[in-house]
Amino acid sequence: MEQQREAGTLGMWVFLVTEIMFFGGMFFAYTLYRSKYPQAFASASNHLSLPLGAINTGVLILSSFTMALAVYSAQIGKRRNLIICLVLTIILGLSFLGIKAVEYKDKYVDNLIPGRLIPGRPFNAEGVHLLPGASTQNVEMFYWIYFAMTGMHALHMVIGVGLLSVILYFAVRGRYGPEYHNPVEISGLYWHFVDIIWIFLFPLLYLLGRHLAHGG
Amino acid sequence: MSEHIVPIKVYITIFAALMAGTALTVVAGLQDFPGPLNVVIALTIACIKATLVVLYFMHARYSSRLIWVVFTSALLWLAILFSLTFSDYWTRCWLRVC
Repeated sequence: MEQQREAGTLGMWVFLVTEIMFFGGMFFAYTLYRSKYPQAFASASNHLSLPLGAINTGVLILSSFTMALAVYSAQIGKRRNLIICLVLTIILGLSFLGIKAVEYKDKYVDNLIPGRLIPGRPFNAEGVHLLPGASTQNVEMFYWIYFAMTGMHALHMVIGVGLLSVILYFAVRGRYGPEYHNPVEISGLYWHFVDIIWIFLFPLLYLLGRHLAHGG
Repeated sequence: MSEHIVPIKVYITIFAALMAGTALTVVAGLQDFPGPLNVVIALTIACIKATLVVLYFMHARYSSRLIWVVFTSALLWLAILFSLTFSDYWTRCWLRVC
């Protein structure tokens, strides 16, 4: 049993390493274009809602905390607590997605969906306050990267919520206890990983160039 | 390696530290530091937060050597990805081909 547990955990870590490489490519694209067009990226970033981004960071960290408590409850065999923590984690995950949806809708209203993805509403940076040296084209580039990164992150959140729903189902049926709870532990690893991605996305997307806004 | 159960106190401490880090990064982001210091500070805080999550929430601190090798390898692959691709973009204009 011990070996099985170790093998399962190892497998999840290997998967997470491939995920880091997957997101790594997008982080690279971000780094490259940001270093080339800092003013445009700062202008576009300033248009994002800092309060919503910060609240979402808090929501996600709280969900990671309840996930850690879920694993802990399974380890010490408290089934009731396990179920409560899983439900809380799922609710927090859905809240994150809800707030994200509000942000996406704001972008839609402001015509900031890049390219011509939305019929009749092509990308238009009129609403963005451009800092000196920023071009509309590069502002659009920021939004491509913004939607690619937060979109992929949101997709991972959706998968995570689905995963936890399955875990919740089996937890309710009493499958997990101190002897066997590896699925809970492994889903937790995945959930924390998605949290880590957001820990980097938040300062990079929402905070860069904030200080330039009031400077001029 | 038998399973290590992390005391609940540790989870609460880490959670508080992560929340404090988030508040700190927002406050620091609104200040005007000289040069690239804003980015350096933001990334340092993010790295510390990520390390806390990996070590305690993901139980890495109590994991076997094998798992340590796997997840530290991620940093190595990421370093290769960044350094090789950047060396390309950085040097393109040296030969006047861009």
